[in-house]
Amino acid sequence: MSDPVRSIRTPIALDYRYTPGLASSRFLRAVAEGRLIGQRCAACGKVYIPPRGSCPTDGVPTEEEVQLADRGLVTTFCVVNVPFTGHAIEMPYVAASILLDGADIAFQHLIQGVPASDVRIGMRVEAVWKPREQWGPSLENIAHFRPCAT
Amino acid sequence: MRDVAVVAFAQAPTVRREERRNEVEMLMPVVREALDAVGLTKRDIGFFVSGSSDYLAGAPFSFVAALDAVGAWPPIQESHVEMDGAFALYEAWVRLQHGDVDTALVYSFGKSSPGQLREVLTLQLDPYLVAPLWPDTVSLAALQARLLLEAGRATEEDLAGVVAASRRSALANPNAQLRGDPAVEALLAEPFLVSPLRRHDCPPVGDGAAVAILAAGDRALELCRRPAWIAGIDHRIEPHALGVRDLTASPSTALAAERAGAFREPVDVAELHAPFSHQELILRDALRLDADTAINPSGGALAANPMMVAGLIRVGEAARRVTDGSAVRAVAHATSGPCLQQNLVCVLEGR
Repeated sequence: MSDPVRSIRTPIALDYRYTPGLASSRFLRAVAEGRLIGQRCAACGKVYIPPRGSCPTDGVPTEEEVQLADRGLVTTFCVVNVPFTGHAIEMPYVAASILLDGADIAFQHLIQGVPASDVRIGMRVEAVWKPREQWGPSLENIAHFRPCAT
Repeated sequence: MRDVAVVAFAQAPTVRREERRNEVEMLMPVVREALDAVGLTKRDIGFFVSGSSDYLAGAPFSFVAALDAVGAWPPIQESHVEMDGAFALYEAWVRLQHGDVDTALVYSFGKSSPGQLREVLTLQLDPYLVAPLWPDTVSLAALQARLLLEAGRATEEDLAGVVAASRRSALANPNAQLRGDPAVEALLAEPFLVSPLRRHDCPPVGDGAAVAILAAGDRALELCRRPAWIAGIDHRIEPHALGVRDLTASPSTALAAERAGAFREPVDVAELHAPFSHQELILRDALRLDADTAINPSGGALAANPMMVAGLIRVGEAARRVTDGSAVRAVAHATSGPCLQQNLVCVLEGR
């Protein structure tokens, strides 16, 4: 009897051309100009960022755009000690949910400029933008958030 | 059994490439149209269920993101099938049999344009012995067509005849992607894409969305003057291994049709989900359809075949003809998988 086949390798790769949609496209174009925009639901009044063009609560289109501050507060966070392949960030780093002033939903970004052990829920933070010449239609235009006084 | 009917249906026109809107943005106006047709809001709906495939978008859990199109707070009762929306409609029908809710909204969406659909669909095959060979959907369908031709069950003219009829019927369908009035001889003069299939024997790749609303018993009569009652619905599956199947027949369709009661009385209209021309011939046999039945008055899947949506559209198109009084009894068929692997048959009646 020959040895049983215990495993096989079947490499799979598919290429996709992602289209973000109307609302996300407007958001990304604004980010490319250094602005953060959300969308307000006409039914419940909540402001979403990044906007997806609809209110997940009411199921209606969100058409009103709202300019948001690039500062807010930390609603929750975790300290990451495990490096991922291809990650260039120094360990440990802090991934946080940040509620921008004027928004009703937090979005994710990094917190730096402070020891990980000092990050707290409720901490005020502000965006640190990369140099303008490095901007594109991406949230990577913001290098990270850092603590701020107000 | 509780009587359940299709009381509303709406669909987005199928387009080759929806590049501006995301899936939620595509779905929202269609959901709105279906709800408005029966004067309901989402709070009046007892159960939501969707049919879609994350492989099309290339994004895990894209079906969860799609819930934004209906709004899921306060919490709603919802479910999802990684299948065509027609199979989601089956789940809605089962859910309504429980008796505690009277309405269900079925939605379905598919954007094939971000990827290469022929390759994406390879991933639905047996992952050990078949998928690593990367046989694409068109090639597998061509194997099936070849078997049908060599068995003497159809000719290339028959295939072209199916295409010509589809294109002509689609002239009256504003949601179709392909329409026209081609001559059979002109179609036969076209080159093969994957022999013996020509490009027109294959479905167009398209992005689309559709929504159906079901209601039970008296609720259906309150919402719709002439509901399309689901007289029977059933789905069956062929063996997974292509090699053990007789690809020239569709016994699962025949069995589903029998269980759904399709053979009890003549049908006026049949909407068949036959993505490839030769598959319509196989389905006509399995469903025992003859010239007394109008087949694919919408143009069928050769005119528009948005993945995960085209089967639900068959149910919607059949229901629409019952509701508008042009048909008393209609059959809708939906398929999923390679070479008509899984088949659903739904019999709709006006009363």
